[in-house]
Amino acid sequence: MNALRRNVLKGAAGAGAVAVAVAAGLLKPTQAMAAWNKDAFEAKNVGDAMKGLGVSGPADSKEITIKAPDIAENGAVVPVEVTSGIAGTTSIAIIAEKNGTPLIGDFNLSGGAQGFISTRIKMGQTSLVRAVVKAGGKSYTTAKEVKVTIGGCGG
Amino acid sequence: MAEPMRIRATMAGDVADVKVLMNHPMETGLRKDAKTGQLVPAHFIQEITATINGAPVLAANIGSGVSKNPYLGFKVKGPKKGDKVVVNWADNKGDKNTAEATIG
Repeated sequence: MNALRRNVLKGAAGAGAVAVAVAAGLLKPTQAMAAWNKDAFEAKNVGDAMKGLGVSGPADSKEITIKAPDIAENGAVVPVEVTSGIAGTTSIAIIAEKNGTPLIGDFNLSGGAQGFISTRIKMGQTSLVRAVVKAGGKSYTTAKEVKVTIGGCGG
Repeated sequence: MAEPMRIRATMAGDVADVKVLMNHPMETGLRKDAKTGQLVPAHFIQEITATINGAPVLAANIGSGVSKNPYLGFKVKGPKKGDKVVVNWADNKGDKNTAEATIG
């Protein structure tokens, strides 16, 4: 007789339970984001790392600039700054091509964040540092060689 | 336990320049302890998120290739002086840390 009323009540109770779970920290909003990309980070070569990021055949772009030293004396701390002039840049990934696991990080930008990331990375040996930028569903890349005199991975 | 993290956020025109310095060993799992000769287990930050006034601006996944005591700089267009920046990280052992700063 009152089936509709029952359903409405049930629905409300269900929604309430989710809200409670969120409040209790069981379902954190951050967990809705992509989990740590294990495949990409454990990839042993650049191709697999790109595949893990969902990138295939990125176009070379002059609108991406990588600021890094030409010669890094200490491979444990190499400052790298990536600036993307491509409109609608949604993510920037940094790859040190000859590292044991090349992918350094994948930075997703939103809410007015500019196409800019600055960080410090470890490099095992002299290699290209590559930036992969995603914008408007396409991917772009550029690379810069950094010479390393003392490696910073393991040792 | 996690050490404090430092955030500096300043406005340059209409762009907020945010700099974050985290305290973390960032062990790759490949380094040997000099005394014991044993491998030091991997221990590194995996996820970093940042919000400004509650709105997400950055969600990063990083690997052990980021240097010890990671530094991260990013720029966000739109915020005003006095807005609140919150940065969170989580590492591979489940350790977490959060810090906030006011844009100045």
